[in-house]
Amino acid sequence: MNEWTGIWANLILILAAVFAFSAMLSWIERRLLGLWQDRYGPNRVGPFGVLQIVADSIKLLTKEDWIPPFADRAVFVLAPAIVAVATLLAFAVVPLAPGIGVVDLNIGLLFFLAMSSLGVYSVVLGGWASNNKYSLLGGFRAAAQMLSYEVFMGLALMGVVMLAGSFNLRDIVAAQENLWFCIPQVLGLATFAVAGIAEARRLPFDLPESENELVAGFHTEYSSMKFGLFFIGEYVGITLISAMIVTLFFGGWLGPLLPPLVWFLLKTFIVIACFVLLRAALPRLRYDQLMAYGWKVMLPLTLVNLLITGAVVLSMA
Amino acid sequence: MEATFYLSAAVAVAATLMVVTRASAVHALLYLIVSLLAVAVVFFVLGAPFVAALEVIIYAGAVMVLFVFVIMMLNLGTSAAVKEREWLSPRMWAGPAVLSALLLAELIYILVWNVPGTATISGRAAVESKEVGITLFGPYLLGVELASLLLLAGLVGACHLGWHTESGWGSRSESLSDRRGHENG
Repeated sequence: MNEWTGIWANLILILAAVFAFSAMLSWIERRLLGLWQDRYGPNRVGPFGVLQIVADSIKLLTKEDWIPPFADRAVFVLAPAIVAVATLLAFAVVPLAPGIGVVDLNIGLLFFLAMSSLGVYSVVLGGWASNNKYSLLGGFRAAAQMLSYEVFMGLALMGVVMLAGSFNLRDIVAAQENLWFCIPQVLGLATFAVAGIAEARRLPFDLPESENELVAGFHTEYSSMKFGLFFIGEYVGITLISAMIVTLFFGGWLGPLLPPLVWFLLKTFIVIACFVLLRAALPRLRYDQLMAYGWKVMLPLTLVNLLITGAVVLSMA
Repeated sequence: MEATFYLSAAVAVAATLMVVTRASAVHALLYLIVSLLAVAVVFFVLGAPFVAALEVIIYAGAVMVLFVFVIMMLNLGTSAAVKEREWLSPRMWAGPAVLSALLLAELIYILVWNVPGTATISGRAAVESKEVGITLFGPYLLGVELASLLLLAGLVGACHLGWHTESGWGSRSESLSDRRGHENG
């Protein structure tokens, strides 16, 4: 019985923490952007503007939830739920600290890849169901972008799997006891980070919504909490990618002095801050640049990384 | 665990039936994705988690996205759905239905009469990712290499078909400036 209560406590606490943190992230992001761009950012609601997200969610919840008459109703309603469900499910395999984590799955890494590839449907179907030119264009871009970047996202992680000898994320963290994988797998880290940004549809790669050319891309027709779900889904996605980067390349919960959970949260927050900094610093790519970059630069790089890692592992054995 | 197997199997069958009977292509594809996910759960319950994960990543996550992409590109309207509905007349599906019914009868026969005690459905230990790799690159190495050669041939073919003689951006901007020149002149 005790075991069950532990599992439930883990599950509910992690779900609540992920949701709360992802919601807060919109405030953190705006404040950090403000800091780096020499302005204030939201600082009116509550101390330092912390309660901005409460104001935002009340606004979103009380807005009219409008479904366009020309939309495909069922798919239109389904689409925003997919991204939230898929990214939250992927969080189930992330090991926060020894004993903290929802499930210890032997194919944890593959499960993460599977869930992140299912998240694509949300954007693609949302764009299609809206039955609107701009949304459809956003959906197209999302489909092509995700397909190209997913290929080397998986390949970039195979170096880590070779070194750790397991798909289990806890084993992968344990294998970094002596040396974090960010040093032997620096190419893997670079390619995975780029693929992660593309999967989370963050600024250099936010072509599916690029507001200056496609109104708001795939979520042009969405309002109220349906838009809110896309919004939350994006921030949960950023948190997820950051947590995965920390788990796979920066030793997860490993670190001296401080308790494991604190180390994990600290590292994750630093990676998230880097994501925000990217948004503040980089302009958007052109669409053909995005595709050419993915297939002609990143994919060969991951293959080179695989070759080198394979050779090193073979010679060490 | 047995209940999860039957439940996901039922979902797979129901979703596949919906794939066949839907008039809208995108709805049919969505049901196909559900069906693939249900099959992945079946694999997982049978003790093949690696195959289950690959099923989701490759089929549900990559191949089906391509399908959805192409169907979206075609942008079939309501007229296509009407036409599709007309095609679903008994005359069209009677033949395939009889053949599939034969397969179904066979399947039921195997399940009910040939395997004593359906509790252990696979009847062997879980097949882990390592074993899949060892068999693929052990006894089946030649097959894997031949399949990869075939894929390479397809890739070269696609590359050739997609190749433009006046390459990419440079020539396009050139023709654009040409046109502008004509307009001015």
